[in-house]
Amino acid sequence: MQVVTLTLSGETLAVPTRNLREILEPVPVTRVPRAGRFAFGLINVRGAVIPLTDLRVALGMTRAEPDEHTRMLVLDVPVAGEQTTVAVIADRVLDVTEIDDAALGDIPEVGMKWPPEFLSGIARTDAGFVILPDLERIYAASLGTASGTPQYDKEI
Amino acid sequence: MTQDEDADSVFLAEAAELQAGIERNLLDLAEAPDNRDLIDALFRDLHTLKGSGAMFGHVELAHFLHGFETAFEALREPGGTASDPLIRVALQACDQIGALLENPSAASPGNTPILDRLAAALDKTPGDAPESLAEVGWRIDFALGPDALGLGTNVPALLSELEALAPGHVRVNCDLSGLPPLETLNPLAPQMSWTVVVAAPVSREAIDEVFLFVRDDLTLTVEPFGQEAAATTVDTAPDSATARPERRGAAEHATMRVATTRLDEIMDRVGELVIAESRLHDLSQTLRDATLMAVAEDIRRLASGMRETTMSIRMVPIGNLFGRFRRLVHDLSEQLGKPMECACSGGETELDKTVIEVLTDPLVHILRNAADHGLENGEARAAAGKPHSGTISLSAAHAGAEVHIRIHDDGRGLDDERLRNRAIERDLLPPGSTVSGPDLYRLIFEPGFSTATTVTELSGRGVGMDVVRSAIQSLRGQIDVDSEPGHGTTVTLRLPLTLAIADGLLVDVGGERYSIPVSAVEECVELPHDLISGSGRSSFLDIRGELVPFLRLADVFETPGPRSEFQKVVIVAGLNGRVGLVVDRIVSNAQTVIKQLSRVHAGVKAFSGATILGDGKVALILDVGHLISLGRTLEDRMRIQQGAA
Repeated sequence: MQVVTLTLSGETLAVPTRNLREILEPVPVTRVPRAGRFAFGLINVRGAVIPLTDLRVALGMTRAEPDEHTRMLVLDVPVAGEQTTVAVIADRVLDVTEIDDAALGDIPEVGMKWPPEFLSGIARTDAGFVILPDLERIYAASLGTASGTPQYDKEI
Repeated sequence: MTQDEDADSVFLAEAAELQAGIERNLLDLAEAPDNRDLIDALFRDLHTLKGSGAMFGHVELAHFLHGFETAFEALREPGGTASDPLIRVALQACDQIGALLENPSAASPGNTPILDRLAAALDKTPGDAPESLAEVGWRIDFALGPDALGLGTNVPALLSELEALAPGHVRVNCDLSGLPPLETLNPLAPQMSWTVVVAAPVSREAIDEVFLFVRDDLTLTVEPFGQEAAATTVDTAPDSATARPERRGAAEHATMRVATTRLDEIMDRVGELVIAESRLHDLSQTLRDATLMAVAEDIRRLASGMRETTMSIRMVPIGNLFGRFRRLVHDLSEQLGKPMECACSGGETELDKTVIEVLTDPLVHILRNAADHGLENGEARAAAGKPHSGTISLSAAHAGAEVHIRIHDDGRGLDDERLRNRAIERDLLPPGSTVSGPDLYRLIFEPGFSTATTVTELSGRGVGMDVVRSAIQSLRGQIDVDSEPGHGTTVTLRLPLTLAIADGLLVDVGGERYSIPVSAVEECVELPHDLISGSGRSSFLDIRGELVPFLRLADVFETPGPRSEFQKVVIVAGLNGRVGLVVDRIVSNAQTVIKQLSRVHAGVKAFSGATILGDGKVALILDVGHLISLGRTLEDRMRIQQGAA
């Protein structure tokens, strides 16, 4: 599986390139009031209005100030059964690489700092552990909450 | 394979149009039962549909249509008039055409009974030409012109159409004597001719219609044999046969079918063009370079022309929709046993096609309500001294950037007293309220509100009218209801011309910009000094003696930026009341291309969409209806507090 790797709060995440549309330098963001911290803004991608989301909120990570490495990744994700274009923030985009399915490990039930429901797998690579977020589930969960912030069942 | 599918979908689209035409003509015929032009038009549509149906392999349909035609033949005879029972069965037959189009392969058990009834209504058996007339018929000689085959003339199809006129009574003879030896034969230049003998009393027009589209490419002689046919049918032939081909030809060249998704794509591109253009305009204004400004000016002109043209492509006359409603009223009249008529005007008024699509259901609800609750039955009308038959009139007209659609019934009108009681019962009004007129009538659109004492199949469950409200709201439209006891009720829908572009009032709230739909803005006032320092989400404003709740948008939206010293209040009104919105600054009035918010933001109710501003930034468009209900909850809270005090 070909993935693009990126960092968020010091962790390395991987997103399949088949979901990836493009990588942007940061563009002006319009805040969406009352939308919660996850789907917090809107951006203009060549005339289309795209929601900008922050995976750190879903994965319970701390938020960093944007710097010169910050990027926006435009992704196509099925949201409630409908292909939707969304953008996510990355602290830094690292590489496009291949992850061997055999290198994909199961998610340990305990000892995880991230909600396991929102991960589709963890891979061990030369550069260390890489987290694969379950984008479909994260966006589906964000629809069901009043604030638009994904909640996983165990916390409720 | 895909070509076949394409061809079939084109046929289906055309067939649906023809079916609608047949239905319309039948309904017109009900009002003018002996109008020759209508009968002729009806036959033309039936015949075209039969021909193209057979061509595209809809055998069952062609067969049914043939029976339909034959049964209807009696109408064409001198003095033939369309009786009410006949129209009723014919409308059912018209529905059967729709069913056959949807499901062409299925054997249709409904065909025969309908044809039998049709024939019974006309007092004539379908399909059987009396034996004695078999001697009478036509001799048709035709030879193809040099270009005919190159232009796509299909002789076997012509011959089978002739055969279909009188199955079993057609003889074809092909003359091959003109054919050159094989080596000099040009397959595109036919040198053959045919002689067809139709030994049945079919009309001259039916034969002419077979050759309607190929007349110019062939030499054709049609001669009657048998005296009676010569006497009765030849006279009527020339004008109808010569007048039609040109008209058909012109119409075919004037229009073209395009998938709606492509139109939507063009609209999106034009939207982007308009945005890019306004950025260019801003840039040229900043740089003040004369050449650049000239180019920017040109592009502006082209872009606005482009936008207007594209919008006009999407515009559809509302008349198509009206046609369907005439049928609805006709059916309702029978179902409810109340005599009623439907009068339509302004059918040529054009609206964006998406608006028309969304409008169908609400209009059905309003019409059903008018027919079921509004109009009285025959006896009650007679007692009130009204014409026996009730009238529901539908009209549409342009009014500025809006289209007004009016549905009026001349029934009993709304009962203020009953509405008030029901509203109080439902907690929509405080006890002892004396609200009347449009303010009271507006309540019929609240969910679960129905004063009908009996729930019928048609209405009375109180479900329909709030569907109407939400549909009209989604179209950014308004509903007015007016009623005069004893004289009827009028519902007026006020709709924007298009959904894709709207005028927006751009405002600044703590450095963030938002767009407010201009159609909802009533007025802008200064926020009085004594209220500026106030905090909290709302208070009330005295607008010419009326208390209007107002919301500080900076508080509602939790805007971090600094507040202006001179705040403005934009008063907006919607279907559910009005509210003042406190903003820091009114920036400008601009056309906005509306973009829907994605599903990710489906839970955010305060905004109905977003737009891209001249500088490329995104601005949210406020959902006026939602903000008004926010204001109303505050109003209610205050009323309760006052009540307690």
